[in-house]
Amino acid sequence: MKKIIIALVMVSLSGLVSASMKLHLDEANIDLHDKASLQRGAKLFVNYCLNCHSAAYMRYNRAGKDLGISDKLVKENLVFSDAKVGDLMKVAMTVEDGASWFGTSPPDLSVMARAKGAGSEGANWLYTYFRSFYVDESRPFGVNNTVFKDVGMPHVLWELQGMQKLLNAEEVKHGATPEFALVSTGSMTAEEYDVAARDLTNFMVYMGEPSQLKRRSVGVWVLLFLVFFFFVSYALKKEYWKDIH
Amino acid sequence: MSMLEKTLGWVDDRFPLSKMWNDHMAAYYAPKNFNFWYFFGSLALLVLVMQIVTGVFLTMNYNPDEALAFASVEYIMRDVEWGWLIRYLHSTGASAFFIIIYLHMFRGLMYGSYKKPRELIWLFGMFIYLALMAEAFMGYLLPWGQMSYWGAQVIISLFGAVPFVGEELAIWIRGDFVISGATLNRFFAFHVIALPIVLLGLVVAHIIALHEVGSNNPDGVEIKKVKGEDGIPLDGIPFHPYYSVKDIVGVVVFLFFFSAVVFFMPELSGWFLEKDNFLPANGLKTPEHIVPLWYFTPFYAILRAVPTMFQSQFPGVVAMGLSIVFLFLLPWLDRSPVKSIRYRGWIYKFALAVFVISFIALGKLGTLPAGGIYLTLSQIFSGLYFAFFILMPWYTSIDKTKPVPERVTSK
Repeated sequence: MKKIIIALVMVSLSGLVSASMKLHLDEANIDLHDKASLQRGAKLFVNYCLNCHSAAYMRYNRAGKDLGISDKLVKENLVFSDAKVGDLMKVAMTVEDGASWFGTSPPDLSVMARAKGAGSEGANWLYTYFRSFYVDESRPFGVNNTVFKDVGMPHVLWELQGMQKLLNAEEVKHGATPEFALVSTGSMTAEEYDVAARDLTNFMVYMGEPSQLKRRSVGVWVLLFLVFFFFVSYALKKEYWKDIH
Repeated sequence: MSMLEKTLGWVDDRFPLSKMWNDHMAAYYAPKNFNFWYFFGSLALLVLVMQIVTGVFLTMNYNPDEALAFASVEYIMRDVEWGWLIRYLHSTGASAFFIIIYLHMFRGLMYGSYKKPRELIWLFGMFIYLALMAEAFMGYLLPWGQMSYWGAQVIISLFGAVPFVGEELAIWIRGDFVISGATLNRFFAFHVIALPIVLLGLVVAHIIALHEVGSNNPDGVEIKKVKGEDGIPLDGIPFHPYYSVKDIVGVVVFLFFFSAVVFFMPELSGWFLEKDNFLPANGLKTPEHIVPLWYFTPFYAILRAVPTMFQSQFPGVVAMGLSIVFLFLLPWLDRSPVKSIRYRGWIYKFALAVFVISFIALGKLGTLPAGGIYLTLSQIFSGLYFAFFILMPWYTSIDKTKPVPERVTSK
């Protein structure tokens, strides 16, 4: 009976893992301990994303505190509006304006990394997305994206990456890995742009759950305590039960 | 007489404190042969208390308003001290509650714990399970994410399939034509007040009924049949201290796995927190796949396995309802002269194994799109699920059983 149960559990668990549909995503390999990367990501985020997208559940100085940026530097480098450092990262554009300019209002990005998948899945999605814009004249902003089909936003990072075209559009439709070639260059090399995309992803994953590093570090101590307490409680049980046969 | 004894005597003259302690703990004689499967009752109680305590603290900061609900959850996750921990304990606790309850119910199936004289314990337990499903369903609307919204939309629209009064009924439940702030407010009221009170009352009834007739055990032997000269069952040991110290070990092991999820993978790859629920509810944007949380998916699969008849989903809704109703009837469907699987024949063992496989398979199929091979499989496993109950009076009466010993066995 026990073996049957164990087998059943194993079968059901293995089934649980491979559920979502397959989309080609590159490994982001982010490092939430890399403060320099997070700071560069924050800079990219406020410069390129925060004009249209809000991050309305995140406070400027919370990011500052976690990323090791003083309130003064936050005010000078991250806050472009008249917001205070303790304010939420809101955006001046109204929902109605956004909807009429882009067809749909740009979503809030506070927890977008988590909305794109648990664990590294969300990070890989964002990282691949930032690097998958390509020229498509049929779209209103002249670009499309292999990760997010018919995306409603322009390629705001084009001045960094340059513009690229999709070489194997037909094959991609049938599940092939997309291949791109630059048609105009940006201010960054391909390697530099990959780093920038990784930094931005890193920041957005951090922003999705600012407490996650603390969560894991507390968790280690909780588990260690429980292991220790297991031996204590087991010894107590043994002592009480030694007369029961 | 010490001060403490005097105080206790004073209380006991006015309130049966010592009597209750003895009836339910120090002089409640439980069989000495409980095994692994007997941890889940006390664990369920632990999780219930944890859900109530964390729920109280969440309620202090949560805002049941359609414009503010999603943001208030993120406020808890970011700005409230240890808010992230309280929220993860609550969200992981919900799934843990169902894992524990399912294992607890499976224990009952294995050892015939629902059989005479414990039918009422089983019925109270089933009502707890129903209340828990309602509690979880309504609680899941509160974060006001896309899956909260659309999950509720789909489930409540099922009531619309009831003939004649369906549409009116669905509107009455929602308080609106679609899921809206009105629905959120009433679900909040049910989730934090009405259902917890019902749950607590039922849990008390469940435990009182259990302590009245005494616990079953892996041998399915009634320990009260063989008593010593002092009137105490020879195979019984006082719940306290023996099982209180044993249950602490169970609690620690449970908390280890529970904490591993809370601290290292609170979403559990989307099984405990779905990714679409990190997008705020939007009544104009339907998500690609609307999937209920995992603990409802077996029943959801049964619902979808039944084809629509006369342009109505009602037959599926009835099947889903029956899949729960049959569980209530278990004490009267089982005709076996023995309780425990240890002394039953191969037929029941086989039937139970098929039932467990069907339940898990339906749980998986409920998360997949309904169509093609998945639909066929759902129909097969739904058939097997119902066969377990419908054929039970027959196969339990012809199953060859082994003789049950007088006393519990040590292993």
